[in-house]
Amino acid sequence: MMLESINSMINQVATDPIHQFVLNKIADFQIGGFDVSFTNSSAFMLLAVVLAVVLLGVASSKSATIPSRGQSIAEIAYGFVAGMVRDMMGEDGMKFFPLVFSLFIFIFFANMLGMFPYFFTTTSHIIVNMALALLVMAVVIGYGIWKNGFKFFKIFVPSGVPPVLYLLVTPIEIISFASRPLSLSVRLFANMLAGHIMLKVFAGFVIMLASAGGALILLAPVALAGTVAVVALEFLVAFLQAYVFAILTCVYLNDALHPGH
Amino acid sequence: MEEGLKYVGAGLACFAMFGAALGVGNIFSSYLDAAMRNPSAAQGQFGNLIFGFAVTEALGIFGFLIAILLLFAV
Repeated sequence: MMLESINSMINQVATDPIHQFVLNKIADFQIGGFDVSFTNSSAFMLLAVVLAVVLLGVASSKSATIPSRGQSIAEIAYGFVAGMVRDMMGEDGMKFFPLVFSLFIFIFFANMLGMFPYFFTTTSHIIVNMALALLVMAVVIGYGIWKNGFKFFKIFVPSGVPPVLYLLVTPIEIISFASRPLSLSVRLFANMLAGHIMLKVFAGFVIMLASAGGALILLAPVALAGTVAVVALEFLVAFLQAYVFAILTCVYLNDALHPGH
Repeated sequence: MEEGLKYVGAGLACFAMFGAALGVGNIFSSYLDAAMRNPSAAQGQFGNLIFGFAVTEALGIFGFLIAILLLFAV
């Protein structure tokens, strides 16, 4: 069953850039009418988690004072995210460090795994990103209300506004707060979707030019150079989108920790 | 008729990139202006630069998303 699905993944004669986003079931499970099969998306999410745990676990297993190469990389990643959390939320924001670090590492590994040929990009489906963004907003609202009580809703009434404008400003603030999970998820989703479609379109140009015959064959290497440039851009975007997701998580959590700033 | 209008809609959605391009150019131009005035403080703001760029570019990509939705999901 596993071999058939891998076979179908490699032998798909796809000529359009959308075919890469199709979900294929690897193992079919139904629980009470809900389809909870193990798809290629689940497989790559599992691979991202396993890779992250193994790499970071092995790197930090021997906490030598003079770090080895792997340990330095893990320490750089830790220091990068910890610096970001401390900058945005202050020292008492470090209690959210596990959440922010897990989000950053998961999204980074999921994006990077999608760069390999024939691998599926899990973050190119809106449902995955929406789940992550809703998790962040649930933590923000839940922690904000648990810690501050109803003073949490002071973030909707910014200080320094003349009272007569509250009728206008508060609905606008509420709508802007409600659009946070939407923009957080759609930013990552659209970047990954657009990037991978662009990759396949440029790669398709190479083949189309080379098979057009005549003088157009000379343009095929130009298209190949363009493809290489787009691949480099996509690696940058993969890291950048993970960083932006993490830093926006810190900004939103700061609202829960210190409302009314 | 609706099939053809989908492509018109997808083309119109590309106007979103106009605003996004202006925004991204603004961000980098302000950064360069300020970096030329105060070069030693420029490195400290690099994180904010990259963050501002990503958030602004996202809006242009939302427009691209509308085009893709019109072409493939409607």
